[in-house]
Amino acid sequence: MELNLETEIDRSRMRVSEQVAIRIEDMNKWYGTFHVLRDINLTVRRGERIVIAGPSGSGKSTMIRCINRLEEHQAGKIVVDGIELSSDLKNIDKVRSEVGMVFQHFNLFPHLTILENCTLAPIWVREIPRREAIETAMHFLEKVKIPEQANKYPGQLSGGQQQRVAIARSLCMKPRIMLFDEPTSALDPEMIKEVLDTMIELAEEGMTMLCVTHEMGFAQAVANRVIFMDQGQIVEENNPHDFFNNPQSERTRLFLSQILRH
Amino acid sequence: MSDRNLTFVRSEMLPAREPPTNQFGIVKLLREKLFNNWLSALLTVASLIVLVWIAGSLSPWLFNSVWSANSLSECRQILGGAEGACLAVIRDRWTQLLFGFYPPAQYWRPVLAFVLMLVAMAPILFPPVPRRLLWFSAVFPGLAYWLIWGGTLWLPVSAYAGLAVGGVVLRLTTRLGSGVAVGLAFAGALAWGFLASGLVTTVIEQLLPLSLPAVTSREMGGFLLSIVIGVTGISLSLPLGIVLALGRRSTMPLVKTVSVVFIEFIRGVPLITLLFTASLLLNYFLPPGTNFDLILRVIIMVTLFATAYMAEVIRGGLAALPRGQYEAAEALGLDYWKAQRLVIMPQALKISIPGIVNSFIGLFKDTTLVVFIGLLDPIALSNSIRATTDWQGIYWELFIFIGGLFFIFCFSMSRYSMHLERRLKTDHR
Repeated sequence: MELNLETEIDRSRMRVSEQVAIRIEDMNKWYGTFHVLRDINLTVRRGERIVIAGPSGSGKSTMIRCINRLEEHQAGKIVVDGIELSSDLKNIDKVRSEVGMVFQHFNLFPHLTILENCTLAPIWVREIPRREAIETAMHFLEKVKIPEQANKYPGQLSGGQQQRVAIARSLCMKPRIMLFDEPTSALDPEMIKEVLDTMIELAEEGMTMLCVTHEMGFAQAVANRVIFMDQGQIVEENNPHDFFNNPQSERTRLFLSQILRH
Repeated sequence: MSDRNLTFVRSEMLPAREPPTNQFGIVKLLREKLFNNWLSALLTVASLIVLVWIAGSLSPWLFNSVWSANSLSECRQILGGAEGACLAVIRDRWTQLLFGFYPPAQYWRPVLAFVLMLVAMAPILFPPVPRRLLWFSAVFPGLAYWLIWGGTLWLPVSAYAGLAVGGVVLRLTTRLGSGVAVGLAFAGALAWGFLASGLVTTVIEQLLPLSLPAVTSREMGGFLLSIVIGVTGISLSLPLGIVLALGRRSTMPLVKTVSVVFIEFIRGVPLITLLFTASLLLNYFLPPGTNFDLILRVIIMVTLFATAYMAEVIRGGLAALPRGQYEAAEALGLDYWKAQRLVIMPQALKISIPGIVNSFIGLFKDTTLVVFIGLLDPIALSNSIRATTDWQGIYWELFIFIGGLFFIFCFSMSRYSMHLERRLKTDHR
């Protein structure tokens, strides 16, 4: 699983600052009586690019979905950009407008055009004028290299194009943190690269990113930290070089041997 | 070495070509659908024979029809024993079938209201019509009430003033939380209705009289009645149904319980029962001397009935939406109401269009049930026309006319819904 990166990655702006973007302390979550997340502790600094890996059912998606409160945690503390997530709806909305999210199945709004998908939240949540929202949307659509599709509907686009629109849609809210929940898992191999390229570009600009992904090539090239999760807990956390070449935990070694064998 | 060569390399890509001609149009239809094999050929021929036979036996009845006669016996005289429709009854009584016992000198009022209704519906139903016309759609209900029932214009104006009072209260109190604000706005509008409205209406009417001769609900009937009840019921049951469907899916136990109980109760009771409740029982419950218009009561009951069905149809649409749509809307920071309005409802309603229109059509035809509580719907009028000595014994002609008019309304709704489905089709599946 080697990602063939034709373009050299520009690391000049990929700087990790001292500022804390996300702090998770002793976070626990249950689905009914099932303990999905156990004692999660994680501090993400501004500008960090973290890849979260692990077998299916290990709780990695659930963890990042807790960060923008798509899932509720029952114990512990999550602080995003200085705002603590609690049941206070105002805080939740504030956090959500700071944190962008990209889903496995894109979740574009099929009844709106690409442009409308991108301008909806800026107009209705940020309350910026329509014209300005359109300008921003076109800027980001150009960035993900599909401005010519602006007036089409999501159903007319390929999977890779839809995912790039989803990224642009999130970016239109000018988020300070981006969450990616298996963004390439539902894509054909040919389309994975176009999405990863977009994500790499984002990383080069210094975006704080948390990616749940199985793209180990992407992890090696872009991440500054890889987190391995199993059975609802963080099993290993390391820089990519050591994570792939010198994994400490037996479970990690087994996982890597499974996915890197081919 | 094998002599079979497994290598193949395409030197140039093939261009797209026209499909074979026998796969299209009339040829394909004849070959594949009508005369596919001997059995289908036989069935095609048999169906043709049946169609011709039906047309042959109906046409003399229609083509011999008598348009000018004053009674059924006169009709029979003219026909002289031949088969033929006596459509003279329609010519003689069509105004009654349309308006009931509405004063003939005032027929222009319901007709004008009907025409204005088409104007008011245009900007809602067809997007090319300028959105600015929506203000007329908002004004129309009051205007139509004034035109049809007559009386002073200031009564509906005062009702709108009550809405405005509610709106202002809502604006001012919105900081106190949306629930409180809605409650206060409601209270404000009611206070206006009970305390100020009557006085204000009387005073303005004296200063500036603007009234039409009053027509009572008893005098109305026929399609006027069906359309008044049907259109009001349809336009109220959709928004109420949306609210109820959301209520049923709410996570708040009280809201959810109230919605479920309402829906299950109303759906579990026949419409006739509700109509009898409206006409009889409410008299016992309301304070004596309350003048509560019968048509208004029927409209309320029909609306409640349709709302319960509508809520379930819309709930079906909501359930059909993938969870990801809610999550994407939430993740973008849209709050509950914005997410519902901008993302969820447009899609859920689109999915529910066939069910919604089904309920609309059902509701419109159910308006004929008001015959049981003594209101003169078209069917009731056909009975009273038959009760006269002139037209005793005439059935088909009246029923065909009534059925035809109902069909026109229902078929238009059906066609519109298909048009809407096509227009909203953006998923390219």
